[in-house]
Amino acid sequence: MLTAVLGLGQIGLVAAIALGWAAKKFAVDVDERETKIRAILPGANCGGCGFPSCSSYASAVSAGTAPINLCRSGGSAVVENIAHIMRMKVETSTAQIAVVLCQGDDRKATLKYHYLGLHDCNAANQIAGGPKLCPSGCLGLGSCVAVCAFSAIAITAHGLAVVNRERCTGCGKCVAICPRHVIRLAPATATIHVLCNSHDKGGVVRTYCKVGCIGCGLCRKAVPSAYVLDRFLAHIDYSHAALAVLAADAIAICPNQCIVDFTKNYPDDRLLHPLPAIPDRPALVTDDEKAQR
Amino acid sequence: MVELLLILISTVFVNNVVLTRFLGVCPFMGVSKRVETSLGMGLAVIVVMTIASAVTWLFQYHVLIPLDIEYLQTIAFILIIASLVQLVEIVLHKTSPALYQALGIYLPLITTNCAVLGVAVLNIQKNYTFIESIVFSSGAGLGFTLAMWLFAGLRERLELSPVPKCFQGTAIALITAGLLSLAFMGFSGLVKS
Repeated sequence: MLTAVLGLGQIGLVAAIALGWAAKKFAVDVDERETKIRAILPGANCGGCGFPSCSSYASAVSAGTAPINLCRSGGSAVVENIAHIMRMKVETSTAQIAVVLCQGDDRKATLKYHYLGLHDCNAANQIAGGPKLCPSGCLGLGSCVAVCAFSAIAITAHGLAVVNRERCTGCGKCVAICPRHVIRLAPATATIHVLCNSHDKGGVVRTYCKVGCIGCGLCRKAVPSAYVLDRFLAHIDYSHAALAVLAADAIAICPNQCIVDFTKNYPDDRLLHPLPAIPDRPALVTDDEKAQR
Repeated sequence: MVELLLILISTVFVNNVVLTRFLGVCPFMGVSKRVETSLGMGLAVIVVMTIASAVTWLFQYHVLIPLDIEYLQTIAFILIIASLVQLVEIVLHKTSPALYQALGIYLPLITTNCAVLGVAVLNIQKNYTFIESIVFSSGAGLGFTLAMWLFAGLRERLELSPVPKCFQGTAIALITAGLLSLAFMGFSGLVKS
């Protein structure tokens, strides 16, 4: 009995001393700024900054090897907090939001074949250029949904990816994964978009889609400063200042209803579908805590 | 030499720790979603298992038996393995940051892993010599890594497959693990041990 207690006690004591000694001897200094930055980053590990995780971005920032304004997901609040910790000035970058430039769901666009393979856009796109006749429209198999760390994208009942503009943080993950390059990042302030991605000529577009841009150029004639025509596809010139007011004038003119204002004539049925639950994210640093620092 | 080779092959394939001995199932299910992480975990398990088995073997024959307290084997081994893993983690963090980056996050997971303890105890139960127990434990680690790697590959494919709703998530993972175990039963005719 005594041997057992003493023996085990000895083992514990020796192990504790060895660990204590090792912890002192092999101590690694961690930059305290790194810990602080890691605490204020969103913690979604979305990869929008180009680093695999929030903590690796935090260590890069504290080491001075990465700029402080890469976290697009956290928005300007996070950038300000990091700037405060690093004692740097803020360089503002405009917030961006992902836009799916396609309206061709299964009621509007014609199918080339019936696809039954892996539920993944990149896989489907490799089989004769995807199941849609349109070479650049949304396939609706949800590769972007799977990659979104913020649950901001959903597929409608008719097979079209739709971005929730409140949840989207503009990290750009979906833009990178989409094999059709149908998702773009656009300034968050721009609510009017030409929702088509096909550069085919008008006659060809009409054969496979009821809502494709035919490149007629009516919008450009109506508002020359807001629209650009590029290889039979119109798009908005996002750099134009008075965009919101001007671009709206062309919405009614478009013969195929490609131009959509998300605040006005966006079809309700695309919004009536349940979005997946948002994963837990740590709260951002409040102003009180900022003052304490 | 032949004896050692037999021990190695039998632990990797025939008596695979996860798929036939039922040890270390929680990391097997938990860390097997990506091939990359499963390999990292497997590598960490190989390292820890080998070191832990060597130390516990020495401990059994030079401390527990001379002191006549073999009945404390389980609790003593837990104590030793837990502090050993901590020690390895601390030393790695300082001496080899690259290796720590690769293994570091998995090391705390292994501290209380039943596979590590199980292999250490099996070494004693089977009356292995020091060399044999090292071969046995590294073989067990290899077998664990092999099982993890195969399973993670399957799960990566499963993620893209249209799985019926009632099977999604844990259910299909458990079924896959069962099928993998069945496949490993095919090795049972290979070595008699």
